Amino acid sequence: MNDKPIEKITTKIWRETAEIDNPFAAADCYCCGYDVYGDLLKNASYIDYLYLLFRQVPPTPEQSALLEGLAIALTNPGPRDHSVRAAMSAGVGGSTHASALIAALTVGAGNLGGAREVFHALAYWQQCQNRLADWQQLITDPPQLEREDVWPPMEHAPGFDPNGVSCPTPVRKTLEHLVAVGKTTSLTWLHQHRPELEGFAGCPLAFSGVAAAALYDLAFLPEEAEMMFLLLRLPGAAVHSLEQEKLGWRKYPFFADGFKLNP
Amino acid sequence: MPVHSKLETFEDNWRTSMGGWSPEGKVVLRGRDVFQELKSNSWMEYLLFAATGKESPKIARLMEGMWVICTSFPDPRIWNNRVSALAGTARSTGALAAAASVAVTEATIYGLKPIKGATDFLYRADKRLNNGEALEQIVQSELKQFRSVYGYGRPLVSGDERVEPMMEFARSIDCGEGRFIKLAFAVAEYLSKSRLKYQINIAAVCAGLLADEGLTPMDFYHMATLAFTAGAMPCFIDALNQQEGCFFPLRTSRLNYTGGEQVKHWRV
Repeated sequence: MNDKPIEKITTKIWRETAEIDNPFAAADCYCCGYDVYGDLLKNASYIDYLYLLFRQVPPTPEQSALLEGLAIALTNPGPRDHSVRAAMSAGVGGSTHASALIAALTVGAGNLGGAREVFHALAYWQQCQNRLADWQQLITDPPQLEREDVWPPMEHAPGFDPNGVSCPTPVRKTLEHLVAVGKTTSLTWLHQHRPELEGFAGCPLAFSGVAAAALYDLAFLPEEAEMMFLLLRLPGAAVHSLEQEKLGWRKYPFFADGFKLNP
Repeated sequence: MPVHSKLETFEDNWRTSMGGWSPEGKVVLRGRDVFQELKSNSWMEYLLFAATGKESPKIARLMEGMWVICTSFPDPRIWNNRVSALAGTARSTGALAAAASVAVTEATIYGLKPIKGATDFLYRADKRLNNGEALEQIVQSELKQFRSVYGYGRPLVSGDERVEPMMEFARSIDCGEGRFIKLAFAVAEYLSKSRLKYQINIAAVCAGLLADEGLTPMDFYHMATLAFTAGAMPCFIDALNQQEGCFFPLRTSRLNYTGGEQVKHWRV
């Protein structure tokens, strides 16, 4: 008899009971105490379940509306977005569908308009909260990398678009909607102080900045916000990739004349 | 209203010296004609030139030794390889398995972060030594600031069985006597006597050897990115060739639930 304790997966999110005839199949699954297939399936919305998974408590109606609004705003960044272009590049070549999403995750993970930017922006919220002077200080004198990381250093203020001209309409409309439905402190403050913050950053607010403020108001940690942002933007990448797969590479830009090799 | 986006000048205009393909059938890498000038290179020499711009059969051979000795254990319990084994048992594809394993290799407790971090540490430590600081002071300040030193200490076991074979290989091609590899072992000597008793791991050894050949942290990071695939692929193939779903199955009792036992009811 082996007395060595059996290795287990420790989780406070998920509990299962086994089927009587099969210890490898779950009969009941509980997520944070809620019966997933006996209760949540019938009674919870998808967005509420998503919130429950991340926060381990159900959302209030305002929190639910806030996450729902954010999810709709982010679900399709559109076919010009870097992450969606990555997915379409998989599609036109007939690559696997999983590779299209891996491509979208990879490209959408970065410091420019991606999930890592949301991570950094949320850390800024943690540090500065609603103190304008702190934002000015942090944006004008950002933290420096003290030792090498696999991530490149930020090249602009997180949450803002270094290539933008003015704050685009979809970003402004999303911010206004989230303020209205969520009624939360940081989003409301961001809405009021956007011009000053954009002045500090030298460029306009981006979706990553709105997402960071919304997820900070939902008490997400930077790494949780990074994951949520990655998840929420995948549907657009999926459908645009499928569409381009059907259309084929001949109808997709190759930039035949745009590539210039220096002599 | 005038258009003044910074992006306008880049529309259909990507300029590069890195290389590319032309419809006339010419391929250029860093100014070299691939079919004329690089066709006899080994793949590792080609990768070294592509990633770093360096042309050195010696560095390529050293790097190849590292890939074989240090990064290609075909053990499906190691976390990056486990992803490939899971892909095999779940009947996914080999390319997806390799892609996921490579991505997962960008880890903190093993893989690419220690590889890049150890090289960075040795360069910073060398600079501080040259400025007159003592080794003890440098290591202590690293520990105080980051609570760890990349390249020292290891999960599961304390020693690293790859150090000796790697050094033996390095010496066989006239490497292993430079100042960075000596620094790497000097740090190990100091740490082994400290309270932490950290031993040198292979990341610091490879970092020292490659820093002595002039590779930067980014050079090493780029070169090491694919290094783990030869360990992951056999794990995928093995799981694919066995019964589907049989790679370390877990019964429901293998979940150690630490949340509250109370069953809650969703508000409707």
